[in-house]
Amino acid sequence: MEWIQQLVNGISLGSIYALIALGYTMVYGIIKLINFAHGDVFMLGAFIGFFAIARWEMNVFLALILAMILCAIIGVIIERVAYKRLRNATRIAALITAIGVSLLIEYTVIFFRGASPSAYPTVFETSNFEILGVKISTQSILILSVSIFLMILLQFIVHKTKIGKAMRAVSHDADAAKLMGINVDNTISATFAIGSALAGAAGVIFGIYYTRIDPLMGVLPGIKAFIAAVLGGIGIIPGAMVGGLVLGVVETIVSALGYSLWRDAAAFVILILILIIRPSGIFGKNAREKV
Amino acid sequence: MKKSKVFWSYLALALVVYAVVQFLINGNMVSYASQNMLITMCINIMLAVSLHVVIGITGQFSIGHAGFLAVGAYISAICTMKLGMPFVTAILIGAVVAALAGLLVGIPTLRLKGDYLAIATLGFAEIIRIVFLNIDYVGGAAGMQVAHQSTWTYAFFGVFITILVISNFTKSRHGRACIAVREDEIAADAMGINTTYYKVIAFAIGSFFAGVAGAIYAHNFYIIQPTAFGFLKSFDILIFVVLGGLGSLSGSVIAAIFLTAVSTYLQGFPETRMIIYSLVLILVMLYRPKGLMGTKEITDLFKFGKKGGTRT
Repeated sequence: MEWIQQLVNGISLGSIYALIALGYTMVYGIIKLINFAHGDVFMLGAFIGFFAIARWEMNVFLALILAMILCAIIGVIIERVAYKRLRNATRIAALITAIGVSLLIEYTVIFFRGASPSAYPTVFETSNFEILGVKISTQSILILSVSIFLMILLQFIVHKTKIGKAMRAVSHDADAAKLMGINVDNTISATFAIGSALAGAAGVIFGIYYTRIDPLMGVLPGIKAFIAAVLGGIGIIPGAMVGGLVLGVVETIVSALGYSLWRDAAAFVILILILIIRPSGIFGKNAREKV
Repeated sequence: MKKSKVFWSYLALALVVYAVVQFLINGNMVSYASQNMLITMCINIMLAVSLHVVIGITGQFSIGHAGFLAVGAYISAICTMKLGMPFVTAILIGAVVAALAGLLVGIPTLRLKGDYLAIATLGFAEIIRIVFLNIDYVGGAAGMQVAHQSTWTYAFFGVFITILVISNFTKSRHGRACIAVREDEIAADAMGINTTYYKVIAFAIGSFFAGVAGAIYAHNFYIIQPTAFGFLKSFDILIFVVLGGLGSLSGSVIAAIFLTAVSTYLQGFPETRMIIYSLVLILVMLYRPKGLMGTKEITDLFKFGKKGGTRT
């Protein structure tokens, strides 16, 4: 039963990674940029949720929606100000700009409120269900249901709406999409908005589950979410979900075996193994490089 | 004949700089704080130049350089503190082990390109850090006490040898092969250059000198802790190289000197320092993606009018 318990914990953690990874994978799929600032949008989401719940006494779901909307706006601003000029620049320049934006967000937040962590308010009484001897907290259920709902919503947006169709077209071939009359800039902004909104939601959920947030909390989950995206095959939306869940479960298992200090190393070992053995990820197809 | 004249004059200039500073230190005219800043500057120059071989010359985007710094620091600290070796031997052993770590990391990951290579090297650096974090022999998270042995002499000759080796490497056949790999890997491969070999060589040289820097770093600050070698340290080193200009050795040196001085004066305000750092990084990338010096060297600036036009 201990193992099923760990599996439940792993899936809760994994669904947070999956939500962040969706943003990474969408952005990478569309403009081939590792958006290092994505982890910091996640952090901002957690703080917006914190202020909404603790200071303005909002309902959890309202706070979640507020965090998503504000994060979407922040994501679009980041894209318009920092990344738009770099569409045709070298990949290295784009990556360094992303690192710069990430540091800027982190240290601006530290500048205004200090680096000390905040304790997330308890949103509701935690009660545990017992199913077949496995304790499942209401929080895990909330996390899972919100994540699953958002993922289904994303699938709907990407596959059934016009903007989703445009996103798929741009990620396939941006120039051809432009010729077909798709507004590439707006499509990219929409991608950033959706990805950042998901990261914001993940931030609020993370705060509720782990009850401790600080300005540098986005760094490690951000990189792990990227690993999850690579694991599932970058640019592939279901891949990011599966990658996130796998990563969460593996990490929880490593901790459960008593190697909790090695937990972070496990993610990087997975990353290096997947890059060496199968760089296109679990769901990716091997594409030959064009000369 | 003319080339060697230039070489000897630079050598003489370097020795004069060394002698003047050493004289001032001996005469107690340099405060302890500025002496410390000089050593930090030297360490940062070494780190910047060693990363410059990998990113600037060979075009391999590695953002995990702090990992090799950590290897050099810890191995040399073990040599002096636990095994009682002299400092010079410890520097050499630290550097060689760091170079071996570079080979170990480089051989599997250098098959990757661009962003994937960047994230893989970042991952390796984190793994190295977590390994040191979990070994009780080197003090775990609490860190390891190290005697203060770094002096201006060690730091200066570290920088001197680093620049000498790397600038000569760049001008050699191997260096030109590395530049070919940077410009176009597929074309270089087609011209019969063994791209993997040169990438691994550049990586090993880079990590060797990062190891030297690590040894001097460890023996300058009394204590080394795994947290000092995280992402931020890697990004710091990356900023030197990028700001100075990708592909310009003197650019990396100038950026390292300048940023070390700035950050020493801003030490009281770490948040402000990082905000300024990141803003500079973003603005340079947006408006001058080649970095301040581009691929030019400072010496090129003095060559106007000779044989028409400047090198590009």
